[in-house]
Amino acid sequence: MASSKDEPFLVVEDLKVHFPVTAGLLGRQVGSIKAVDGVSFALKRGETFSLVGESGCGKSTTALSVLRMNRPTAGRIIFDGTEISALEGAALRPFRRRIQMVYQDPFGSLNPRASVRDIIGEPLVVHGLASSRAAYEARIAELMGLVGLLPDMASRYPHEFSGGQRQRIGIARALALDPDLLILDEPVSALDVSIQAQVVNLLMDLQERLGLTYLFIAHDLSVVRHISDRIGVMYLGRIVEVADRDALFGDPRHPYTQALLAAVPTPDPEREAARPHTIIAGEVPSVRNPPPGCRFHPRCPNAFAPCRTDGPELRALEGSRLAACHLYDAAHTRPST
Amino acid sequence: MSGHLLSIEDLSVTFRSERGPVRAVHSVSLHVDEGETLAIVGESGSGKSVTALSILRLIGDAGRIDRGRILFDGRDLLTLDKAGIRSIRGDRISMIFQEPMSSLNPVLTVGKQVAEPIRLHRGKSWAQAMEDAAELLERVAIPDARERLGDYPHQFSGGMRQRVMIAMALACQPRLIIADEPTTALDVTVQAQILHLLKELTRELRSALILITHDLGVVARYADRVAVMYAGRVVETAPARALYARPSHPYTLGLMASIPGLDAPAGTRLPTIRGQPPDLANLPEGCPFVPRCPHARAICSSAVPPLEPVGPDHLRACYGFE
Repeated sequence: MASSKDEPFLVVEDLKVHFPVTAGLLGRQVGSIKAVDGVSFALKRGETFSLVGESGCGKSTTALSVLRMNRPTAGRIIFDGTEISALEGAALRPFRRRIQMVYQDPFGSLNPRASVRDIIGEPLVVHGLASSRAAYEARIAELMGLVGLLPDMASRYPHEFSGGQRQRIGIARALALDPDLLILDEPVSALDVSIQAQVVNLLMDLQERLGLTYLFIAHDLSVVRHISDRIGVMYLGRIVEVADRDALFGDPRHPYTQALLAAVPTPDPEREAARPHTIIAGEVPSVRNPPPGCRFHPRCPNAFAPCRTDGPELRALEGSRLAACHLYDAAHTRPST
Repeated sequence: MSGHLLSIEDLSVTFRSERGPVRAVHSVSLHVDEGETLAIVGESGSGKSVTALSILRLIGDAGRIDRGRILFDGRDLLTLDKAGIRSIRGDRISMIFQEPMSSLNPVLTVGKQVAEPIRLHRGKSWAQAMEDAAELLERVAIPDARERLGDYPHQFSGGMRQRVMIAMALACQPRLIIADEPTTALDVTVQAQILHLLKELTRELRSALILITHDLGVVARYADRVAVMYAGRVVETAPARALYARPSHPYTLGLMASIPGLDAPAGTRLPTIRGQPPDLANLPEGCPFVPRCPHARAICSSAVPPLEPVGPDHLRACYGFE
């Protein structure tokens, strides 16, 4: 391994992913959608880092960049000491093995005509890792056992499984190549509540046993809180706050993080009756035409003059917390109210 | 005779399927009082949506109501003819669905869709109904409501479409609003806005609200009373606070425990409900929760346990456990 324990395992540096908007017969570019616009974060080996945010925040586009399934417009992605954002073709292949993805929809992401054996084994075949029939079968059985499926179910088809079992199949497939980093894109949000806990526990067990690093993409804050070591909150293509889980949930600093946490009801009627239900107005604006300055300012209850013109940088506050907000900016003194 | 606004008595609904008839709702009895918010909670296949759809007889051709009564205002909705049930829909009882885009007509302006029930049920002219529609859209906080009467649903965001649905549902000041997962498709900050609006408007009208959801957080914030469904049956019903303070059915207990708590230390594993969601075409004898229940005994497989009181207004269908 190229990196020592303290060095970041994955570094995303000022990532930008812009999609061209074209018009007319000649497909002239008339603008661009800045889906991800200057995102930076780093993951330590073995930790779970979550990206949370509402639709259009860019969390899934960021994940696809790390998988190199889209082409970043700018910025660098450094995985275990190698800048993978600059690699192509054969040079990229060994890294593809080491970074795998689990998808949200256990119904749409599995080929309905393939048996579980073929679904889980496909990555082994693609990467030429099935040395013999026996070794192949043994690996499939091992993977199924790892995710809590009975190996004698290998000949069955996805429709014979429940949602939770299908998600286990998706996880087994992602583990087939013995990856180091798993990108989990809303892995439990399509599942029934009673099944979510099973899959969350499985993911935590696998991380411990296999030493995996997780990049977890989600909007369900209660699951995020349970599984994460650190969390990055995104809004319209930017990270607005990064903090350890207890710091973020106990004392959110960015007004958007505060609004997001206030919006989520907790499963406790006493607590709900006691806490104020502060509801921010408006909806997430279109990413085609984001507001100038801080992108959150039109909805922000604390916005003041500089927020309308200057986009705040992500800056270190206390401890390991980062926030992009002029409220915590020494250069701007907020008018006292 | 009950004094409830709506009472469902012993309702059973069966659907035709490739694997033969499937009973989606089994002997369900529920009631809602005026001004009250009743949450029906359950996972996929619990029968919560079918129960709600049965009230307005919207279960479609594949479904059949086998048994039961649905009393509203002293009349059994299940005995009304088509004209009779149509005169109730959108007038005395209205419904809000999960996906506003598929419940709104894409080729009709938003103004016309909100005005339609007012014209139909209140006999107002289009001009008068459009005026009412403008006021309703303002009431649900659609910006520039008047200018947007001529816009089509695709010109609205998801949250704004759900506001339009709420305006339509409230147009005739119904006594009962049924909202089936009304915010599941929306972002969380918008979900909070929509549920807050719905709650506020139903309070103003003194209408009752039946909220169908799988989200125990939403239930905790908005419901007065809760019915928990599993495999087509009500397994527990109680005032919201009592349900969270003293969940009494093993399924409710398991469900509550499996939600990540606010106070759990990092790295702990969640308590789980073992097994898989019920297969309605293949239910066990007796209590449907037996295969997943940590407390199952011999008696549980003998017959379905009846709903019995365990506290004030608190019922559960369980033979009991230590």
